[in-house]
Amino acid sequence: MTAISEIDLHKFVDGQLDPARVAEVEEHLAANPEAAERVAAYRRQNEVLHARFDPVLDEPVPSGLLAKRESRWSLARYAAIVAWMAVGGVAGWALRSALDMGAPQSATLARQAAVAHAVYVPEVRHPVEVGAEQEQHLVTWLSKRLGADVKAPSLADMGYALVGGRLLPAGDGPAAQFMYQDREGRRLTLYVRRGAEVNQETAFRFAQESGVGVFYWVDGPLGYALSGDLEKSELLRIANGVYHQLNP
Amino acid sequence: MADFAAQAAQYVPRLRRYALALTGDRHRADDLVQDTLERGWSKFHLWRQGSDLRAWLFTIMHNTFVNQLRHGVLRDSGVPLDDQALEVPVRASQEDALEIRDLEAALAKLPADFREVVLLVGLENLRYDEAAQVLGVPLGTVMSRLSRGREQLRRLMAEAASPGLKIVK
Repeated sequence: MTAISEIDLHKFVDGQLDPARVAEVEEHLAANPEAAERVAAYRRQNEVLHARFDPVLDEPVPSGLLAKRESRWSLARYAAIVAWMAVGGVAGWALRSALDMGAPQSATLARQAAVAHAVYVPEVRHPVEVGAEQEQHLVTWLSKRLGADVKAPSLADMGYALVGGRLLPAGDGPAAQFMYQDREGRRLTLYVRRGAEVNQETAFRFAQESGVGVFYWVDGPLGYALSGDLEKSELLRIANGVYHQLNP
Repeated sequence: MADFAAQAAQYVPRLRRYALALTGDRHRADDLVQDTLERGWSKFHLWRQGSDLRAWLFTIMHNTFVNQLRHGVLRDSGVPLDDQALEVPVRASQEDALEIRDLEAALAKLPADFREVVLLVGLENLRYDEAAQVLGVPLGTVMSRLSRGREQLRRLMAEAASPGLKIVK
C-alpha cells in the first residue's frame, strides 16, 4: 500500500480515484480523523455548490443569448459559409500550403478576403482591433506588420466611413483588413496582403463567394480585395475609387 | 459541419450555471455567457470537428472571464452579497439556505484562479486534465489550486458558521 497523498483525497472526493485504491483511502480516513473531516467538508462543498447553482440548468435560456446573433446574420447564411469554408476554404488552404499545388494566388486572395469579411462584418462589439479614431496608428502598425506601405483609402465620397482595421493571418503571412460602414450600417471590407505577386496582373477580377461579392486586384507587392454584400456595379464603382486613390 | 447555434445550444445552461457561480451576479453572468457565445461564433471555424465542444466553450469562457477581470469589467471580489441570499432557491431547507449563503460569501472571497478550479471540478464535474486544458495550465497547477481553494473555502465557511471563532490550525 502506497502512502495516501493530498491528490488521492481530492480524487476520492471527486470520484476520480482509481477504483482499486478506494479501499486504501477509506482505510486511511478511518485512521485519520483530520483527513476524514476535510474530505467530508470538500464533499459537502460540492453538494452545496450543486444545491445552489443546479437550478440554473432548469431555467429557460434568455432568448437573446443565442437568438441575437441569428437575427443579425441568418443561420442559413452562416451554415452556407461554414460549409463552403470547410469544403473549399480551409481544406483548400491546408492542401495548398502543404503541397503547393500552384493554384492561382489571386483566387485564394478573393476567398481569404471573403472569409475574413464574413467573419468580422457581423461583429457588433468588436468589428475591428483598432478603431478609425487611431487611423494613423492603425496604418503605421499594419504597414510595419505587412512590410509594405499600406493605406486606408477614404471612401467618404462614396458614403462609407472607416470603422477601423485589424491584422489577420493569411496562410503564410499577415494580412490587413479595413472595415467601412455607411449610414445604414452596411459594411465593406478592404483586405490587403503580400505575396499575391505570382500574377503580376493589375486587372480587376470579380468573384462571388456565398453572397459576398469580391473585387480583387494585384498592385506591386500587395494584393487587394474589396468585399461587400452589394450590387456588382456598385462594388465596382467603389473598387475603382479605391484603386485610383492608391494610384493617384 | 452544422451551425454553431444548434451545436452550442445544449451547453448554454451549463455555461450559465458556471458563469453565475464564477461572477456571483446574474447580470454579469449573462454578459459573460453572451460574450463567450459571440466569441464562439466568430471562432467557430477554428473549432476542430469531433473534439469536445463543451471543453472548447469553457475554454473561451475562461479566456473571456480573464479578459474581463483584466480590463476591470468584473471586479474580482467584494461582490455585494445581500442580494445573493435572496436568490437561494426556496426548495432548500433553512439550514441548507444558511450554508448556501455562507458558501456564496466564501466563494466570492476566493481568488479567481482558485474559484475557477473549484467550480470546474466540483460543480461542472470536469476531470482534472480537462480543467487543466480549459485553463491552459499544467495538471500540477490545477491540483494545487484545487487543494488550496477547497481548504480556503472550508475555513471561510467554518468561520461564517461559528461567528466570533477563528479556526486555528
